[in-house]
Amino acid sequence: MSPSNPVPLSCQRCQRRPASVHFTRVVNGEKSERYLCEECAREEGAYHFMLDPQLTVHNVLGGLIGQVPESSPQGASSHVACPHCGYTYQRFAETGRLGCDRCYETFRPQLDPLVRRIQGAVTHHGKIPSRAGARLKVRQQVEQLRDQLHQAVEAEAFEEAAKLRDEIRRLEVSATEE
Amino acid sequence: MTAWMKNGGPDSDIVLSSRVRLARNLAHTQFPQRLEGDQGKAVMNQIAQAVETLKPGWQLQWQPLSEVSGIDRQVLVEKHLASPALVQDPVRFEGVVIDPTETVSLMVNEEDHLRLQVFLSGLQLNEAWQLANRLDDELESVLDFSYDANFGYLTACPTNLGTGLRASVMVHLPALVLTRHVPQLFTALAQIGVVVRGLYGEGSDVAGNIFQISNQVSLGFSEEEFIHNLTVVAEQIVGRERNARYLLTQSHALELADRVGRAWGVLTHARIISSEEALRLLSDVKLGEDLGLLTVPGKASFSELALMTRSGYLMKEAGRELSPGERDELRASILRKNLLAHDEGEQ
Repeated sequence: MSPSNPVPLSCQRCQRRPASVHFTRVVNGEKSERYLCEECAREEGAYHFMLDPQLTVHNVLGGLIGQVPESSPQGASSHVACPHCGYTYQRFAETGRLGCDRCYETFRPQLDPLVRRIQGAVTHHGKIPSRAGARLKVRQQVEQLRDQLHQAVEAEAFEEAAKLRDEIRRLEVSATEE
Repeated sequence: MTAWMKNGGPDSDIVLSSRVRLARNLAHTQFPQRLEGDQGKAVMNQIAQAVETLKPGWQLQWQPLSEVSGIDRQVLVEKHLASPALVQDPVRFEGVVIDPTETVSLMVNEEDHLRLQVFLSGLQLNEAWQLANRLDDELESVLDFSYDANFGYLTACPTNLGTGLRASVMVHLPALVLTRHVPQLFTALAQIGVVVRGLYGEGSDVAGNIFQISNQVSLGFSEEEFIHNLTVVAEQIVGRERNARYLLTQSHALELADRVGRAWGVLTHARIISSEEALRLLSDVKLGEDLGLLTVPGKASFSELALMTRSGYLMKEAGRELSPGERDELRASILRKNLLAHDEGEQ
């Protein structure tokens, strides 16, 4: 439609309802303009790409994950399927979601840099589930105590350091007993 | 019914609600999107059974969505108890678990097997986290959750990895919008990893001046740190909104009173009203009430009134599907009744 044409008052599709949506579509550089009523615009798909926010998140994520070139080492692995659920990295790039929890092991080499980009970190510092993580919990505690011990020694707070050392020993013994 | 919608929490003149959501998945089970027939039902049953073992104090009620009507599903979304994605057809093995006060809800087989949510009124993120954490502990004593030493809780989408935590506050910021401070504030927040979006509508055209503010990332910090950071941010926003309100009363007292009075006039006299107009005017009335410019006889809170403008709620009230025109009429009548406190009569 050339700019000199007047804007139509009724919907170009149903010719009945008033045109309330100005829908511009650019496909391969070809621009087409439509003046539609809301109902026809919906049917023609004018809204579908902006309506579902869930979808947008995953689309954007899909773009970030990117399609890896076949020749790169990562490209070769994009056809590797998760042995537990059969999901491929390619599918993940398309949907933005993984197939199962073990996909995280299968695709760890590709996921590590991606998670760093999305989250700004790759190491969890929060809650540890009490059953699955009982041992992990002790390990983290021991690490924390070691840091404190180091600081105590540097500050020449030897009494405190001795206490911390005993606590570390106690935790380590209880962990091996389990 | 929906406890958090009653005013009462700290800073509830500005912070309408605090929400904490935890994403959890069952170990060695495909994520919901990939589940087929029997596996999906198995996940649903496993979670339903786990809910039954919880201490009776939680009073959680399990409901498969296949047994919930279209209108009721829409109301669940409008009350933020379910996401639009959860209730979308076709429903396969999705479900919700809700307590009678609608403080705690679980979404089953949404993007993750389990999404645990706690809603409290006002700025109470820490309290909401404590409650969510306790429920998570109880569920974890009977369910094996996917967990990795490095990545933390494993989720279908890597954006929720780690803590699986999304904390958010819903805030009412009419004065910051009026004084055009909102874009500047949101740019600053984006730089510190805090996401803002309008609750209804997008961009600068946010109906009701209600914004949702949440943490962007879920990995790398502890839950307490995420909660603390967002609380500090929310407190700052509250401070700025209060300041903007004060400045408005000093510089534009007459215009402000005029605006509030007009909103009250239309809301209490209109016979047909759209949801956008209703929310916009309710926001003005709420501001007027907070500033002591008018007294609303009705007992309904701003959050409750906002819910009453929603189409699912109206259809639930009417007990049937309504055309847009019928909704605009019923909306006007319900708002009039609730603002003017006619509890009885006019049924």
